[in-house]
Amino acid sequence: MGIEPGRLHFSWISSAEATKFVDVVTQVTDAVRALGPHENFVKHMPKVA
Amino acid sequence: MVGYIDKIKEISERLLKEGTVEMVIGFQKGTLPMMNTPCFAKTPEDVGNFVWDSHCGINLANYLTDRKEKIGVIAKGCDSRSIVTHITENKIKREQIFVIGAPCKGMMDRHKIASLFETEIRSVAENDGKLIVTAGDGEKTLEKADLLQKNCAVCAHRNPVIHDELAADPVEDQKDVDRYADVREIETMPPAEKWDYFDDLFSACIRCYACRNACPLCYCPTCFVDESQPQWVGKSTDPIDTKTFHFLRAYHCAGRCTDCGSCERACPMGINMRMLTKKLEKDCIDAFGWEPGLDLNQRPPLDTYKMDDPEDFIK
Ligand code: SF4
Ligand code: SF4
Repeated sequence: MGIEPGRLHFSWISSAEATKFVDVVTQVTDAVRALGPHENFVKHMPKVA
Repeated sequence: MVGYIDKIKEISERLLKEGTVEMVIGFQKGTLPMMNTPCFAKTPEDVGNFVWDSHCGINLANYLTDRKEKIGVIAKGCDSRSIVTHITENKIKREQIFVIGAPCKGMMDRHKIASLFETEIRSVAENDGKLIVTAGDGEKTLEKADLLQKNCAVCAHRNPVIHDELAADPVEDQKDVDRYADVREIETMPPAEKWDYFDDLFSACIRCYACRNACPLCYCPTCFVDESQPQWVGKSTDPIDTKTFHFLRAYHCAGRCTDCGSCERACPMGINMRMLTKKLEKDCIDAFGWEPGLDLNQRPPLDTYKMDDPEDFIK
């Protein structure tokens, strides 16, 4: 529906897998940062004077 | 198809007279042409109001939710699959309903027919594969085959999957229909183009919720769009609110939608919101080999776990 695939990530991480958690979060943030801000699916509130 | 009506009336009358059911749900003429509305016959006399023609596109399973009495219901292929879904989801019991099966050759696309005329349509009659449509700007005789609802044109289950009695002999199913040509076309678009496609698709939506109300699956006592504490989604026609409604409603239908087309038929703006549910339908076939409403004994993919469920999207 128009969201870049790189913005959505799935992973199984057990509470005991701290290093995996760190790796995944780093990968996710890097991937999303590389895509830049998402401008589409954002609701802009009407400006009130 | 018009010929079914005598048999439908005969069966319905018998059921009501014998007390097999307390009510039979069928169709009666609507106030406008091509807009047959549900008819709830509680006495054998009420059955006189029943009609059956090519404008019975609304899904009658919608009226079975949480009913307690014994009900007779007229079911096309798609209605019957939604009835199966209702039973699987414990919204009604199999032994509570008497399904009068109506094998179906497709219902008419009222939006398409209206678009062929400049002025309002006054009457529509049908005869032998043809529709005779009278509008303010004249009369036209049209081929029914060219005016099928989009979902009917690619329907692969025209005969009721469950029935207690049939109103006519089963019809031949359409073979080799390509159900998902339109979905594949959108799948190949890059994200920005997809966004524009859906932006445009839903731009005319007035948030009347006719699509949701016509859908047999949308039976939640309070729909997420109507909640105000918390308010999950804005109630305006802001394009983001509107898309949030449509995207989420489609997800709620995943693995359940039978592509009956009630939603699209009900929409006053002629919006094809089925593009969302059809994509999910296709995904369910690809990922789980699942088509909803075909079997009373199978659980839907979203409430079962199988060892071979695809999981390559999980890292
Ligand atoms: S989403 Fe539309 S096509 Fe699917 S079951 Fe509901 S009304 Fe029918
Ligand atoms: S029926 Fe049509 S206009 Fe009404 S909410 Fe649904 S898509 Fe929007």
